[in-house]
Amino acid sequence: MIINHPLLGPRDASEFTYLGDASLIDRPDGMAENAADAFYDYAYLRDNPAGEHQELWYHEAGDRSWLVVTRNTLTHEISKVELARDVARARGRSK
Amino acid sequence: MHDLVAKTALGGSEPRVDTVGSVTCTEVPGVALASVAARRGKETQAQKALVKLIGAPAPEVQRFTGDQVLAFWSGPDQWMIEAPFDSHEDLADQAKAIFGQTASVTEQTDAWARFDLLGDGINAVLELLCQLDLRRFEPGYAARSSIHHIGCFALCRGTDHVSLYGPRSSAGSLHHAVTTAMISAH
Repeated sequence: MIINHPLLGPRDASEFTYLGDASLIDRPDGMAENAADAFYDYAYLRDNPAGEHQELWYHEAGDRSWLVVTRNTLTHEISKVELARDVARARGRSK
Repeated sequence: MHDLVAKTALGGSEPRVDTVGSVTCTEVPGVALASVAARRGKETQAQKALVKLIGAPAPEVQRFTGDQVLAFWSGPDQWMIEAPFDSHEDLADQAKAIFGQTASVTEQTDAWARFDLLGDGINAVLELLCQLDLRRFEPGYAARSSIHHIGCFALCRGTDHVSLYGPRSSAGSLHHAVTTAMISAH
């Protein structure tokens, strides 16, 4: 499997390690009223879609960047690869 | 502090040199290094400071620029600075004085071991060592990859000259991998 790194170009998947669902970017506010419930959802509950899935991958044997990879779990086709920091900033994180 | 003996990463008093066929692997200890990471919101100023430090345009992705003081790309708005140890022993301090609050500078001298591969046929050695696309190895190319499960930087200085940087604590393993590949490729 090849992951087309947005900065470095195509790299072999063996250079990367997989973390999990990209929803891990959406860490809840620990000071909110419903923080306990929100963190329960955040830590334990995952969707398990048969189809497109956004995942966090780490380029450990490369430039050490975190990526959000959109992969079809049925076909393994990778339709999109983005820098995780760009995705996080687009969602209003790291301001 | 007056009787200390300087040793190379492989533990010798002189840099190790291995030659197999036309390819030579040389340990290069005389290098000062520092890593630079631009601070959030200061990326443009940090890049300007880098240009001032190296006297050349800032390197693009997977490139290095500069001459005596050289910078190679290590990530978005992150660079590694390299200079001769004899003239730039305090490279991190020199860099910090120029970058100021625009970037975080970390001394990296002696955190890395450098091996230079020289000679015709180094590509045959490199293709055994790493997964990098050798067709992109042209002078000025700098990439990070895994060699023998060790995270290394490779800098292409010329068609027959590539520098490998690996963690100094793994220098022996990296040297073993390189010399084994040189024998296999011969």
